[in-house]
Amino acid sequence: MSETMIPPSSTSGAGTPASSPGAPILSARAVTKQFGGLVAVRDVNLDIPEGGIVSIIGPNGAGKTTFFNVVAGIIDPTAGTVAFKGRTLISRPQRVWLESVLWIVPAIIVAAVALALGAADAGDDGLLLTATAVVGALVVTLVVATIRPSWYTILLSRLGILRSARPNDVVAAGMGRTFQNIRLFQNMTVLENILVGMHLQLNSNMLDHVLASRRQQREEDAATARAGELLGLVGLAGRENELAKNLPYGDQRRLELARALGNNPALLLLDEPTAGMNPNETAEMTELIGRLRRDMGLSILLIEHDMRVVMGISDHILVMDHGERISEGAPEEVRRDPRVIEAYLGTGAS
Amino acid sequence: MSAATSPAATSPRGVRSRIGAFSDRHRSTSVFFGVGLAAMALPLIVLLPPFNSFSGQGVWMDGFTIAGIFILLALGLNIVVGMSGLLDLGYAAFFAIGAYTYALAASPFTGIEISFWPMLLIGAVMAAVFGIMLGAPTLRLRGDYLAIVTLGFGEIVPITILNLSRYTEGPNGIGGITAPSIGDFRFPTTGNPWPYYLVMLGLIIVSMMLIYRLQDSRLGRSWMAVREDELAAAANGINTVTTKLLAFALGASTAGLAGVFLAAKLQTVTPNLFRFDVSFTVLAMVVLGGMGNIWGVAVGAFIIFMIQSVLLKQLNIFFDNVDVPILSDIDFLQYQFLLYGIALVGMMLLRPEGLFPSQRRKRELHTEEDADFGEHGDPMGASPE
Repeated sequence: MSETMIPPSSTSGAGTPASSPGAPILSARAVTKQFGGLVAVRDVNLDIPEGGIVSIIGPNGAGKTTFFNVVAGIIDPTAGTVAFKGRTLISRPQRVWLESVLWIVPAIIVAAVALALGAADAGDDGLLLTATAVVGALVVTLVVATIRPSWYTILLSRLGILRSARPNDVVAAGMGRTFQNIRLFQNMTVLENILVGMHLQLNSNMLDHVLASRRQQREEDAATARAGELLGLVGLAGRENELAKNLPYGDQRRLELARALGNNPALLLLDEPTAGMNPNETAEMTELIGRLRRDMGLSILLIEHDMRVVMGISDHILVMDHGERISEGAPEEVRRDPRVIEAYLGTGAS
Repeated sequence: MSAATSPAATSPRGVRSRIGAFSDRHRSTSVFFGVGLAAMALPLIVLLPPFNSFSGQGVWMDGFTIAGIFILLALGLNIVVGMSGLLDLGYAAFFAIGAYTYALAASPFTGIEISFWPMLLIGAVMAAVFGIMLGAPTLRLRGDYLAIVTLGFGEIVPITILNLSRYTEGPNGIGGITAPSIGDFRFPTTGNPWPYYLVMLGLIIVSMMLIYRLQDSRLGRSWMAVREDELAAAANGINTVTTKLLAFALGASTAGLAGVFLAAKLQTVTPNLFRFDVSFTVLAMVVLGGMGNIWGVAVGAFIIFMIQSVLLKQLNIFFDNVDVPILSDIDFLQYQFLLYGIALVGMMLLRPEGLFPSQRRKRELHTEEDADFGEHGDPMGASPE
């Protein structure tokens, strides 16, 4: 755990401007997402400082969740980029169709080489050998394309093929997320949910699985212990063996949060973490989020409906309406902004 | 007569749960002894009436050996359908690939002569390679689309084999395939059924152990997560494409293994052996046996195979002798698929989780209706009066 990261001192947004120590951990530039004629998100810029809590608020249909899904790699942006820890992760995909065409190129080369060497004259054996080599080349290409080693991605980008990061790449880069409508693995136990969340922390391979090796056993034991810690952190200690779907609603939200922490993220994306909670649970969740930032030095991007939650813990707030940024700043500034009041309450209300 | 007598015994609850707990802790041991005991009991059971009147012990054991092939197939398909939730309707294609791999590697047709034992591995690898070739471009598809693609693949492979007569002898199939041998001892094709029976037993035990280990590992957990909620799985760092591809390849390799054994057992392979009805039968075995439960699937496969190959035939003979007006004229074997259909529909209505469900499936399918209302009263105030 990165205990060394020093969180900014301003915890309650009492009008202090967002303190940004060093470079932002995540910076979105001109993110746009269009669904057919509908522009769901237009030109949104956002910086999340390391250790900061940034919130996005806005009325229903404002494009908050769409923006969020772009950042999490679930949908590709129409334009714009998202950089995480200085590395551009998300961008508009380019010429993706070409990739599947290129998959057959090695096979064709192999066939051409074989024919050039005179496989056709060698009769049946030659043809059979060629066919085997071609199939082999195809399989190797497909396996490489599925595993996607870094040299493969670099090769593709040289050819002008750019694929935006997939959700699992985003997680591997160091983001964890929760969903607006809880998406736990309902029929798995609490412990199994967290262990899935720790997937990238575990290194056992197929050989370990098959041999049920001691290394795997050690790793699983350590992971189980760590899962217990995470559960303790969110207040679900000792409930490892309950089924996720049997937990009360508030606990399911906490479990999802614990699962998102499993991969030791540097940035946590929370999509309406207090949706559907009663005031009591909301207060607890807010306190928990604050604690995560304080104790673990996490940066947090929050989407929220509930103004009280947002105002209490955010360093910086982005207000969206109809896919556009309408206001931005520290909580106090945003609260007073007439455009925000208008968006929430309608014209003439201010 | 079922193969699950030891771990899922229908004895009192206490004993049952203790056996269950033991088999959870010592999976490999319980598989070894469970399958072993069943395999020892079966040849003895068929000596008892009424089974001994149907056919001799040798014929029965030949039947069990073929049933073993279907058990292997069902175990493999269970990885794909039961554990990872991918609907594969063309599973027989991989079975065919395994069988033809051995047929080409050990028959007078090609003149090559490779021993059976390494070919078991090679056949499995070959099927896995084709699994990857089919899976890599298609596993991005979801649900129904994947089912259609696999259905197509399942048709393409036998038709290709049928028409590639230069390399496969087309509809005649490849005959004279070499039987396996250990040292100088060549497996007898008739007379002594034990060698094949024991090899099949070994294959089933090893496959079941390995599949259990995979299920209990990080990979098995990823399969389960992908089945439960693919998006959430991806959002937790699981590479869903590789995970599904591994399920596909491992499922295919099990079928390849079964295929090699089939070719060695029958000593002849024809494209007809691998038509859609095989894919469908195996799928029915997995569903009826209890998707996701390794023991359940194995037992389900055995029972269905026995119903199909013994019960229906015996019904024919029985009604021929008894002379009941309409029933005597029916050839029950012809109604095999009708019976499957009825059984599947009945199953879906009465016991959707299968005969021997995994705990998890049971929970999924028998949802809150009873449990939640019972426990918390009626939280929504929505129960009908």
